[in-house]
Amino acid sequence: MRGFKRSWQFHLMILPSLLFLIVFAYLPMAGIVMAFQDFKLLGGGIFGSPWIGLENFRTMFEREDSLQVIWNTFFIAALKIIFNLLAPFTFAILLNEVRKAFLSRTIQTLVYLPHFLSWVILGGILLNILSTDGGLVNRALGAIGIDPIFFLGEGNWFRFTVIASEVWKEFGYGTIVFLAALANINPSLYEAAEVDGASRWKQTLHITIPSLIPMAVVVGTLSLGNILNAGFDQIFNLYNPLVYEKGDIIDTFVYRTAIMEGKFGFATAVGLFKSIVSMALIVISYRIAYKVANYRVF
Amino acid sequence: MYHKTVPYRIFNLFNTAFLLLLGLLCVLPLIHVLAVSFSAKSAADANLVNLWPVDFTTVAYEKTINNPVFLSSLWVAVKRTVIGTVLTLGLACLAAYPMSKESTVFKGRNVYAWVFVFTMIFSGGLVPFYVVIQKLGLMNNFWVLILPAAVNVWLTILLLNFFRGVPKELEEAALIDGAGHFRTLISIYLPVSLPALATLGLFSMVFHWNSWFDGLLYLHNKADYPLATFLQTVIVQKDMSSMSINPKEMELLSQKTVNAAQIFLGALPVLVIYPFLQKFFVKGLVLGSVKE
Repeated sequence: MRGFKRSWQFHLMILPSLLFLIVFAYLPMAGIVMAFQDFKLLGGGIFGSPWIGLENFRTMFEREDSLQVIWNTFFIAALKIIFNLLAPFTFAILLNEVRKAFLSRTIQTLVYLPHFLSWVILGGILLNILSTDGGLVNRALGAIGIDPIFFLGEGNWFRFTVIASEVWKEFGYGTIVFLAALANINPSLYEAAEVDGASRWKQTLHITIPSLIPMAVVVGTLSLGNILNAGFDQIFNLYNPLVYEKGDIIDTFVYRTAIMEGKFGFATAVGLFKSIVSMALIVISYRIAYKVANYRVF
Repeated sequence: MYHKTVPYRIFNLFNTAFLLLLGLLCVLPLIHVLAVSFSAKSAADANLVNLWPVDFTTVAYEKTINNPVFLSSLWVAVKRTVIGTVLTLGLACLAAYPMSKESTVFKGRNVYAWVFVFTMIFSGGLVPFYVVIQKLGLMNNFWVLILPAAVNVWLTILLLNFFRGVPKELEEAALIDGAGHFRTLISIYLPVSLPALATLGLFSMVFHWNSWFDGLLYLHNKADYPLATFLQTVIVQKDMSSMSINPKEMELLSQKTVNAAQIFLGALPVLVIYPFLQKFFVKGLVLGSVKE
């Protein structure tokens, strides 16, 4: 009975957070009914706007621009996921060879930093250094005889810039989990390999890399949920109408169609499409991560 | 011993040099911006500045610090960071404590945990959220920067996992002495969790300091913008109306150097707390765990 009497305190402790979640997470979820309406913010609202069934979704799969946007999102996000896995994996193995603690720590301090700066700051910097009008990068390219590149004004270069700058910002931070996994490798494995006369390259190939694979599987699987997250903050701060065709993504498209054009129902439908695909992938990927590596969130 | 072989030593030399170069590449853009911000207008406009100031001057900083719009946005940013972080940590402590109990001790635990986690998996999307904010009358209200993000589920779960590691004996002793759960949380759990709370607090501060989209979306008065939103409109959207510089001065002053100064000042607080952050975050980072 003691335990029962006290459990009201547990409920009371959770109550404030629960109220916030109901208002700011679950109430908006109820708002997805707008995806099935010809929603008008003024003079209609959720209860007054006419129902149009799946019309908004049909429009999404018929309009060329929305199909292009879905493809852009998938393309950019997939490449980001691949390189955000490969770059930290490789970097961690190379960093593991630096035995001087001071050097290793200095390198880590430098590469983790960009993760903590916002895309407003980094976007401002990139707009500046990638400018064709004497930006630092184009001046450096000019010095070795390469014509200025329109990094943020030409579609394919824009995609390249978005993916490269994302990897530049995040690869250091992504290294942390791999460094932790490297620290957990049993040293006796290396000692045994030494005795057998294995070179460092052979040791890397047969001990280090296999030991990192489980972590790579977990990181890779869990990032599947981001397959339609191409990075709103980054693209919104870097793009311009010149690169909409190759660089516009679901999140920026939803923002423009809803806030700028006022097509609330249609934008909600596109957003809902993204939410549902993401949720399905997150659920699947966590199941895989649990089965393969016994990974649990809590 | 591979360490002593000549090929490995050569590899190691190149490897270390390569990694240091990559490390420098991560901070080079920031150094360039710093150099531009301390350079004279003429040098910046002629693209003469690389990684060291040309004709050193602090005029861009004087201009920025004397700009009332910059100052008011700085104040909004400080307010939202402090209030937001305190509220987020308080709510996270309260919610993480009961959810860290086994479901035999607290029956509703699993249900609550899923109610929290589901919000990470699925969301209504931008548009319904925007409509809810509008219906609640939070448009053009300072609290729109605080309340919607008050519960951070990710931080709550990190804290929950940390609370689970607190020895059960401590808690049992307190409960036998007649302390309630609120008392146990405050006088047993919080003191032993200070390093974890510091980490989460720093994460929350960086999150609030860097947030810009909520300000852009829900505030329409430029005087209400937090610093990140102000910087977004000035640097990315190149909106000059909030610069409070008359056209005559405009000619004397390079927008490049002022922008660079503003970018640097916007990043400065993050750079200042970064060493503390780095000390802690490696431990706090791992969300969830791989059970052996």
